[in-house]
Amino acid sequence: MELDFRVPTQHQVQRDWSPYSMNGGTVLALAGEDFAVIASDTRLSEGFQIYSRDYPKTYQLSDNMVLGCCGFHGDVLTVTKNIKSRIKDYEHLHRKKMSCAAVAQRLSVMLYSRRFFPYYAFNILAGLDNEGESVTVGVTNVRSSLVLPVTYYTHTHTHQGEIGLKNQSGAEEVPLSQDKAVALVQDVFSAAAERDIYTGDGLEICVITAAGVDMKRVPLRRD
Amino acid sequence: MAGAVSVEMPRGGFSFELCKRNAALAAAGMKPPTPVKTGTTIAGLIFKDGVVLGADTRATEGSVVADKNCAKIHYMAKNIYCCGAGTAADTEYTTLQISSELELHRLETGRKPRVGTALRMLKQHLFHYQGHIGAYLVLGGVDITGPNLYTVHAHGSTDKLPYVSMGSGSLAAMATFEDRFRPNMDVSVKTFKFGISRKSEKEAVQLVRDAIVAGIFNDLGSGSNVDICIITADKTEYIRPFDVANEKGERTGDYRYARGTTAVLETSVRKFEVTSETVTSAEPMES
Amino acid sequence: MSIMEYNGSAVVAMVGRGCVAIAADRRLGIQAQTVSTDFQKIFQMNDTLYVGLPGLATDILTVSNQLRFYVNLYQLRENRQIQPNTFMHLTSNILYSRRFGPFFVEPVVAGLDTKTHQPYIATMDLIGCPMETKDFVVGGTCTEQLYGMCESLWRPDMEPDDLFETISQAILNAVDRDALSGWGAVVHVIEREKVTTRTLKARMD
Repeated sequence: MELDFRVPTQHQVQRDWSPYSMNGGTVLALAGEDFAVIASDTRLSEGFQIYSRDYPKTYQLSDNMVLGCCGFHGDVLTVTKNIKSRIKDYEHLHRKKMSCAAVAQRLSVMLYSRRFFPYYAFNILAGLDNEGESVTVGVTNVRSSLVLPVTYYTHTHTHQGEIGLKNQSGAEEVPLSQDKAVALVQDVFSAAAERDIYTGDGLEICVITAAGVDMKRVPLRRD
Repeated sequence: MAGAVSVEMPRGGFSFELCKRNAALAAAGMKPPTPVKTGTTIAGLIFKDGVVLGADTRATEGSVVADKNCAKIHYMAKNIYCCGAGTAADTEYTTLQISSELELHRLETGRKPRVGTALRMLKQHLFHYQGHIGAYLVLGGVDITGPNLYTVHAHGSTDKLPYVSMGSGSLAAMATFEDRFRPNMDVSVKTFKFGISRKSEKEAVQLVRDAIVAGIFNDLGSGSNVDICIITADKTEYIRPFDVANEKGERTGDYRYARGTTAVLETSVRKFEVTSETVTSAEPMES
Repeated sequence: MSIMEYNGSAVVAMVGRGCVAIAADRRLGIQAQTVSTDFQKIFQMNDTLYVGLPGLATDILTVSNQLRFYVNLYQLRENRQIQPNTFMHLTSNILYSRRFGPFFVEPVVAGLDTKTHQPYIATMDLIGCPMETKDFVVGGTCTEQLYGMCESLWRPDMEPDDLFETISQAILNAVDRDALSGWGAVVHVIEREKVTTRTLKARMD
């Protein structure tokens, strides 16, 4: 066997080309029995800089569906624009409202179509299905850096939200009330704003019920 | 734990014992972790009677806040303080080391230490380590020559200026200074968001406070409170916190767990007596 | 993969009214493979002083033995128990002396002051930058989850029993969202005249 002892005189330099950046933000969603809550902070940032203090990352798609989308802002804008357009196409073609599951599936197809040059966007879809039950669907990953205290939203294709009650012996399962859910979301975000430098400034909470989407703004710390 | 423990008594200085092992681990693809950095806003200025130093109180580990209220203004001598940015441990230990050398110098010479002396000791220490000690400092104090203000970079270079800022929020702070700084400031201003207005507050203090606040709000690496240190010829005032720029969000829900919620496999209780201690000086042994 | 994530760990300490608690997970892994589920990460230094050492297992052993050695020497020389604050500085000095070739541990100190019985908690990074707080400190591979849990659950002036529930729920729910730590947890609640040690029932996956 011959060994190669040559010292490489020239090596090809490949520059790292990265078309992505991370513009921060946290999106969170949870489902009750007949409502869904989806919330995001309103800070848009990169590195150590704040680009905007008033930019919620929740995008209303219909009167009972909200998409939470964060990551690279350019891709977020493209994804949300395209999905809105696809929903319109669907409605014109089929003459009916697009269901949550259908939107989730369409979004999934859209994201996977860019398998080898992905959109850098993390999505959560929240809404009510046609029977009035709430759905939250995590379509890809979520950039939520902090664990929620007692709640988990069920991930992908499960048609039920549930409160965690993990690791609690003898805990009673009480259905989550709307007020409690909103309070919980608020507390989780003020906790996240304490420790995550990319979360802060403000919080937009969308409560989705059969009556429509109710938006609420809460201030968060601004440092 | 059986097995012999070989512990050498510390001889002072750094130990490089584990460098080879750690390099081997790094070569095997194990990334070394990042120590706590203080993404920071620190600033200082010279006013008519002395020096004002200011700092925020956030320490970060990547994008997570590791410490919400850390002290970045370090004691050097009674008349000299030093703000630190960069690697938190380095600023802590560098200032501690030089502070103790400064005290020994004071005892030896019987004179109040000069800011210039502290500066030379710091820069020689840092230059010796060629920038591997990541301390970026703002050094200020009042000595026989009057008020002095310097910045020291990790590689050992220094600047002497009437108003300075350092850290990731230095641009925000410097913008505030460039806008409002003027030499020989001294006018009383009594508008403060936090606490009662203090008689001794000066325009200079307000300006430093505003510079730090600019960093706290506009730089993600800086946050929480403002610490201020005012050094004049006859006294030093260290106010911590000087201002709370942001109140913590109030919790709306109650997340108490009933006792007995957590399932326990095994419990053991170790009781001990609380003893009061008296320290007596020991008699020397007869030879 | 970072060296700190090679074995996996989670340690947290919290302050209550006249008491402190320190908790750690029990897993020892080699990356994704679990090797042991009763690995000790918290070490008793004296009656009311404990130290948790999250990080690389080999360094956990070395550092815990070194700390034991220095604390014993201190007790022999001074004829009294070491104060938590003094112990924190001792640990910090050991770590900073290896600034350029560090041990891969982030110690968490929890104890009661030997004279005033005031609670004390502190932590430091791997090169010994001290960090003292009045609420909670965390360390290990799931610090983000632990920060989230503690930031929402901790409240001032908890009694020992409530402190136990809070710290237990914090660590259990945090390690459930971390693949590298978990497999049981141990909690020490330190009070003025007793220390209660409990092993928790937890998910073993």
